[in-house]
Amino acid sequence: MIATAKPDLVTVNIDGQEIAVPKGTNVIEAARLVNVDVPHYCYHPKLTIVGNCRMCLIEMGMPAVDPATKAPVMDPATGKQKINWIPRPQIGCGTNVSPGLHVRTTTPMVKDAREGVMEFLLINHPLDCPICDQAGECKLQEQATGYGRGYSRFIEDKNVKPKRTQLGPRVTLDDERCILCSRCIRFSKEIAKDDVLGFVDRGSYSTLTCFPGKKLENNYSLNTVDICPVGALTSTDFRFKMRVWFLKQTNAIDPESSVGANTVVWSREGTIYRITPRRNDEVNDTWMADSGRVLFKAVQAPDRLSAVKINGTDSAFDIAINAAAELFKANAGAIAVVGSGRSTVEEQFLAKQLATALKAPSYLVSRVGEGDKLLVSADRNPNVRGALVTGLIRTLPSAKLVDLGAQIDAGKIKVVVTLGEDLAAAGLNAGQLAKISVIVLGTHANSMAGGAAVVFPTLTAFEKSGTFVNQQFRIQKFLKAVPPIAGATDDLIVLAKLVGAAGGATLPTEVYALWKSIAAAVPALATTTFANLPETGQLLDATPFSALPFVEGETLHYKPAQPVVAAANA
Amino acid sequence: MNLKAETLSKIDEVITHYPVKRSATLPLLHLIQEDIGHLPPETSEWVAAKLELEPINVLEVITFYPMFRQKPIGRRHIKVCRTLSCALVGGYKTCATFEAEFKTHLGEVSPDGEVTVDFVECLASCGTAPVVLIDDELHEKVDAAKAKQLSDQIKAEAKKR
Amino acid sequence: MPAPAQRRIIFQHIDEPGYTNDISCYVRHGGYEVLKQAVTRKPEELIDEVKKSGLRGRGGAGFPCGVKWGLVDRKSGKPIYLIVNADESEPGTFKDRYIMHQDPHQLIEGTMISCFANNVRQAYIYIRGEMPHGARILEKAIAEARAANFVGPNILGTNYSCEIFVHRGAGAYICGEETGLIESLEGKRANPRIKPPYFPAVLGLYQCPTIVNNVETLCHVKYIAEHGGAEYAKIGTPGNTGTRIFCVSGHVQRPGYYEFPAGTITMGQLLNDVCGGPLPGRTFKAVIPGGSSAKIMRFGERYKGKRKVGTEMVDYDWGVEDVPMDFDSLGMIGTMGGSGGVIVMDDTVNMVEALANINAFYSHESCGQCTPCREGSLWMKKISSRMVHGQARPEDAALLKSVADQIPGRTICAFGEACSWPTQSFIAKFGDEFKQYSETKKTAKPADAVALI
Repeated sequence: MIATAKPDLVTVNIDGQEIAVPKGTNVIEAARLVNVDVPHYCYHPKLTIVGNCRMCLIEMGMPAVDPATKAPVMDPATGKQKINWIPRPQIGCGTNVSPGLHVRTTTPMVKDAREGVMEFLLINHPLDCPICDQAGECKLQEQATGYGRGYSRFIEDKNVKPKRTQLGPRVTLDDERCILCSRCIRFSKEIAKDDVLGFVDRGSYSTLTCFPGKKLENNYSLNTVDICPVGALTSTDFRFKMRVWFLKQTNAIDPESSVGANTVVWSREGTIYRITPRRNDEVNDTWMADSGRVLFKAVQAPDRLSAVKINGTDSAFDIAINAAAELFKANAGAIAVVGSGRSTVEEQFLAKQLATALKAPSYLVSRVGEGDKLLVSADRNPNVRGALVTGLIRTLPSAKLVDLGAQIDAGKIKVVVTLGEDLAAAGLNAGQLAKISVIVLGTHANSMAGGAAVVFPTLTAFEKSGTFVNQQFRIQKFLKAVPPIAGATDDLIVLAKLVGAAGGATLPTEVYALWKSIAAAVPALATTTFANLPETGQLLDATPFSALPFVEGETLHYKPAQPVVAAANA
Repeated sequence: MNLKAETLSKIDEVITHYPVKRSATLPLLHLIQEDIGHLPPETSEWVAAKLELEPINVLEVITFYPMFRQKPIGRRHIKVCRTLSCALVGGYKTCATFEAEFKTHLGEVSPDGEVTVDFVECLASCGTAPVVLIDDELHEKVDAAKAKQLSDQIKAEAKKR
Repeated sequence: MPAPAQRRIIFQHIDEPGYTNDISCYVRHGGYEVLKQAVTRKPEELIDEVKKSGLRGRGGAGFPCGVKWGLVDRKSGKPIYLIVNADESEPGTFKDRYIMHQDPHQLIEGTMISCFANNVRQAYIYIRGEMPHGARILEKAIAEARAANFVGPNILGTNYSCEIFVHRGAGAYICGEETGLIESLEGKRANPRIKPPYFPAVLGLYQCPTIVNNVETLCHVKYIAEHGGAEYAKIGTPGNTGTRIFCVSGHVQRPGYYEFPAGTITMGQLLNDVCGGPLPGRTFKAVIPGGSSAKIMRFGERYKGKRKVGTEMVDYDWGVEDVPMDFDSLGMIGTMGGSGGVIVMDDTVNMVEALANINAFYSHESCGQCTPCREGSLWMKKISSRMVHGQARPEDAALLKSVADQIPGRTICAFGEACSWPTQSFIAKFGDEFKQYSETKKTAKPADAVALI
């Protein structure tokens, strides 16, 4: 491995604190590193710099040198090198560090500049706070409190602009609240590559608009809502539903595809209200796809499984485990395990233990779609690589269970344990299904659950903690956001009981404890624990799998090792 | 877009003046407006297609520059200068005179369809204030009396047509 | 002392009977001889002459032209562009109009000499959209020049080629700001760029090094190329060399254009001797010396201090009439020479209404990109309009000043200063009038009063 070159470090002085930061860092980021907050609106670390809000104005100076000799000029009062302070304030976002740069953020000049900008931003801003969704996470509220003058002197009429426009299916726009920072326009153009937003008219009458006839409907439109510093762009789905200060934030991973975008799940008293992206500069920057944000709706969907059943009749958990144990005994040697690319690493580990105890072959079902080159990859399973790493599978899955079907036809497989996969959708025909008894661990009703021998209702990704291994072979953890619905059982508990019923060892069912066993059994994960897994995830060694033809093409932070051949779906 | 052949060839020619096509946005909008009289709704998409841009890029420009109008105007366009030097010697009276003469208000098409009167910013001829642009002609020292004179002239020309 | 005589160098042929704007008339009067000489010289020599001349930009900023040319990045390998800023929009200014309509070849010759000096292969003339005749005249003139091999490929038999195209604006004052102009020329909204890093000399048109010069400035370059920088520097006064074209408008007997060596005429001489003094029965009240962005001067106030004359520091004690019309003197007494647009107001003018007119201009022209100018200019306009048409409160004077104080130095471009200096200076010089306006309003106006807003 080539060691990463050490970036050039530049020493700067911010409010008296010296710090060395990489070359190319701007003053806002440098200040953040010494816990100095430089308020801003239009600046965003992942978008181009425009410097138009003027909120990040600060005082800057450079050390004085004699122009002829280049010798430092000393200040007799302090005994240190004199600093030539620039009389006009400068924007922090547009200034990159240079050696010896001095910055002051607490002087009267800076205080006055901030109060001025704050006042100007508020004079045409509507008094919408009581009905505005942004309240509680609004930059205008925060910075007015922190840096504003605290009273208004404006007695004129405020500008009137269109309110509550539907910009597209998921985004609502209130032009009066817009502070014209242009973050949304830059995002749509630079990241989503869907240049539909712009400013029309001029001056203080400038108005954010989507081109008439076009909609802001690309699969990343909701990121504009995330980055809008005020309540101009809001989520239509979340509108008026909940005040953000009542919501609990849980760190999670988007299960939509193998990108593994980092997310935050916002919930209150067991109900999820929205999902937003979480920053991870190695995986998804500060973005996520709109399609991943609606996945929480599955938690309380009407077709959610909530009753343990044996042959279609309601039963109890322990009775069902016994029924499964009976099936195992009666069909020893003729059992197969169909795992899932949507299961967590921990579940896949236990599935592997089950398959070993049952001497059963194990399969996975692939889900391939079109990658959008951004944050939705071609592999719509979030955790195929977890199955590889835990040894549940050795090769990449196919879309249809052709092999298993053949085995069933030949009479070699009589019982199938499926971890959430719909066997009919996965290719087993009615004849094959009629020949087998199926033990289902699942979350939602599908064609299987009706005809299954035993059904255990289990948990969605939002009701449990676990880890996924994404396309970069980065293992990332997500935490339980809401308690399980009544009647559903944690997958780990069901699996551990089944392992026991199959004659395997008794294993822990709590994710933190289970990791001791995982680390002991899986060499790639020997040094990992759930507790110590960093927020940005941990890269695993991908070399044992480098020959496999992974289906994903390029996404935001992923390049395939070889050019991708069109996936052959068996 | 229903443009004359001459306009289309001028459009193709002006695009060659710039190494980057987008620069031809303002020239194209001028040519289209001179041909049709205003910029109808399909202009943004037509120009965007011609210059390999997005329609919003063109709409942003149309609405930024006051000379571009998206609605038809009267047959004659009277632009009176509003800024200080002209105001000091009676520009507001001049404008009011035109409005009264044609029984119209700023920005509207007069009832007889003949004029639109606009109050615009400095036309850079302050030494001969008050100044008025009627279509492409600059008229100097237009006090209320001369404004009436010019109005009469416009009405006479209208009758002849 | 009566005013000195005009020195019509740039305006030599303006309004001259019989002088027409075609190339044959220009050539008959010796036109393009300087270009013929210039292309045989080394470009660096020409740049040197301009540096020696001390020529300062005539668009409003007064930035030394030689220094501007010296900042151009010639190492990047990117093409260098030259843009003629013919977007004359500063209220009170009307000199470039005459040059372009009546003596366009002078501009073209000056432009070609400047292009040659800076190795420019492509130049654009960005002209006011509201000057359609001017655009046509320039296009015709360029065609004539091209036919005579003064513009285009292989000029005058050399292997230097340079093309000029005319580009029309469409009604935005902010296109006069050099980076706003560049954005507009690129086909976008004329939002000025942040500097650093987008200095036109380095990252200008299409992110290539670009020179933006005013129309009049380029005409001075022609004179400098002909007579040399040292000769040019003898005209005017040290630091303020060459001639200046003053555009006088407002309440004087003879408004119009007048060309004098810079610094050799005082405000009083200009307004009284040259322009005939105030209108009958009136007295001068105020004057804006350099376009509406310049800070206003109140007749009756005095300016005192020390200034450098030659090598000595000398006392000065000036009334408005005594102020020499040059960049440095006007800068010294707290205003600016700007674009040379002199707007005169007499005692019939109410300063609150005059400011309301100016504030309406700036709020209308603000591009809207950055917060202080966008919101501040409209707020000032709303306050001053309300004072005139609605309720005026004594505290509005202090409020106006306070709003204006929050803008300069905090914006992306100099429009911040331009929109706030009028308010600051009007309140500073005529604060009493603002404070009393609520009372003054109650008195009925004479029937022939001139509305300013």
